[in-house]
Amino acid sequence: MSDNYILLDYGSGGKSAQRLVSQVFVRHFANPVLETLDDAALLHMNGPIAMSTDGYTVDPIEFPGGDIGCLAVNGTVNDVAMLGAVPKYLSCGFIIEEGLPMDVLERIVASMGNAAKKAGVLIVTGDTKVVPKGAADKLFITTTGIGEVQRTPAPSGHNAKPGDAVLLSGSMGDHGLTIMALREGLPLEMETRSDCAPLNHMVAALMQAIPQVHTLRDPTRGGLATTLNEIAGQSGVAIEVEESQVPVNPGVAAGCAVLGLDPLYLANEGKLICIVPQEFAEQALATMRSFPEGAGAVQVGTVLEPGKGLQQGQVALRTPMGGRRLLGMLEGEQLPRIC
Amino acid sequence: MPQASFSSKEFADPELCKGLLRTLRDELDGPLRFMEVCGSHTVAIFRSGLRSLLPEGITHLSGPGCPVCVTHDSEIAAFLALAEKDNVTIATFGDLMRVPGPKGMSLKQAKAQGARVQVVYSPLDALALARQEPERHVVFLGVGFETTAPGVAATIQTAAAQKLENFSVLCCHKLVPPALEALLQTSAASQQEVGAASQGGIDAFLLPGHVSTILGVQPYAFIAQQYHTPAVVAGFDPADILQALLLLVRMRKQGKAEVLNQYSRAVQDNGNPRARAVMDAVFSTVDAPWRGIGLLPGSGLAIRPEYAAFDAMQRFSLTLAPTPEPKGCKCGAVLQGLLTPPQCPLFGKACTPANPVGPCMVSTEGSCAAYFAYGNL
Repeated sequence: MSDNYILLDYGSGGKSAQRLVSQVFVRHFANPVLETLDDAALLHMNGPIAMSTDGYTVDPIEFPGGDIGCLAVNGTVNDVAMLGAVPKYLSCGFIIEEGLPMDVLERIVASMGNAAKKAGVLIVTGDTKVVPKGAADKLFITTTGIGEVQRTPAPSGHNAKPGDAVLLSGSMGDHGLTIMALREGLPLEMETRSDCAPLNHMVAALMQAIPQVHTLRDPTRGGLATTLNEIAGQSGVAIEVEESQVPVNPGVAAGCAVLGLDPLYLANEGKLICIVPQEFAEQALATMRSFPEGAGAVQVGTVLEPGKGLQQGQVALRTPMGGRRLLGMLEGEQLPRIC
Repeated sequence: MPQASFSSKEFADPELCKGLLRTLRDELDGPLRFMEVCGSHTVAIFRSGLRSLLPEGITHLSGPGCPVCVTHDSEIAAFLALAEKDNVTIATFGDLMRVPGPKGMSLKQAKAQGARVQVVYSPLDALALARQEPERHVVFLGVGFETTAPGVAATIQTAAAQKLENFSVLCCHKLVPPALEALLQTSAASQQEVGAASQGGIDAFLLPGHVSTILGVQPYAFIAQQYHTPAVVAGFDPADILQALLLLVRMRKQGKAEVLNQYSRAVQDNGNPRARAVMDAVFSTVDAPWRGIGLLPGSGLAIRPEYAAFDAMQRFSLTLAPTPEPKGCKCGAVLQGLLTPPQCPLFGKACTPANPVGPCMVSTEGSCAAYFAYGNL
């Protein structure tokens, strides 16, 4: 591109907009469906379809372990995958602040292209708007994803049953703490990185190996604690979590101690919660551990019948010294704009 | 509010804690009602699950230890009045953002309506903000106990040395020992009224570790001497708290009342004299309103006349208007250990963390908020 910065012209629909589409977006997203450049993408799908949409406004837009581009792809891919579906196609909408350096946009778009390739999805349609300086913060991206549901009823937050095992694919809080530390300029003793990753390949293997999977959820904003509370509420059950079993990387634990944060409430962008009947727990863990993104998979808790000390919708935490307390929902924001 | 942490893995060791719990259970010779007066203790006791493990007979009471919770309605009203002014930027610790004022308005809502409110991690950040925005006046909201007050005092001195004209502090700092004295007086009175040895009274105090890094141990001597109540300065890890409880149980067993320091790895017996000197140079002691409790003599700090240029109360001619306590709210009784949060009729119904009626539900460190979040399992 000839200009070093995004100008308002690029959102005009005229020639400069066309250049931006062909030289940046089409080049990095390269696929035959997008390349027709018709008003809509023509898609062929089988069976029931899972669909999800999400807006990404993370600040800063580039961070250790990822950037807003791969986040926008993986976040939506993962949401679609949590229905046990195979994500196929993404759309993307860009809102760009006038003056964004062209090389930054190129890097982000290239990162989206790579993430889509890694996840095995095609970005088939999109839209670009440029807004005057100050009307947006650098770059906002919205993606919508669709995928083919493999099995009905699909795994759901409503399906957790008393006696089920609560499994986690890996460590908690990496993304949330990385963003928080960067944004606040807080020097940390140990380096941390976002865990931003696609989970759809691991989900496909899980669905293949264990059709009895009851619930799949990715604990993004609000973290493990909030997501488990949602599941307990939707399924009308109680859940107990063993704190000592929840994996937390040393850098995240140290950062949380300094900042007074709880890793169980921090966002994750490449982890999932899998709830299965206890007899399938070992098999599910082995399946997850065969993928790099699930190498740290462990059982962290159990689904309980409500009424035995815990009410319907409540989540309890068993602490390392054997105490027990509620693990409640996050009240308001722990930190703004983390994804 | 961010605090330096002396937390260590050793003091959270589950086996050490289990051993201390056994000893505590063995040595306990009767009911013990202890009160902590520090939000970090409140959270530590609930979060670690310690509360569910305390031997039967030990009752945990959460006193007025959360600086946000005890910030009076009239003070919040003053914050909001300042936020409404053109050209004023409010710089504040994040935990004040959600505290509702007299009409349910909070700084968070004021910000959404266009007020400039900036969350900072240190008063020095507010000073930096004032230098960056010379055309605006930056007011730092000085809330907190003896832990935060010295830093604010030093910031005012720095602003004076730099002759900064667009910076001031709205000083609502409060002091812990006068509140303890008021609690002991109420406790003694209520025991006389009820006539029972241990009904609504306070048998012992767990003293705040952070505040004590500044104060040391001496300012608490009256607790033991005048009120014959044992007290221990304690750290924030589970083993710290258990060790302190053990010291309290042993003192009571021996019929002794002393003030001991369990948290010697962070607290020196004479505290931090330099920090106290800075505080004394900038602030003088005044009567101050505590939410849920009322006006306590000598329990607050005001900026001395030498530094009047940095006193937001004077610069903006603010006064604290009397405000009624919220209807039905039992925070006063909760803060004094007379009621537990679930005994308040509003708890969990009209009053929740999302829609707090009283001060104890506002901050995550408030006792009602802790009961709500961590449960009474």
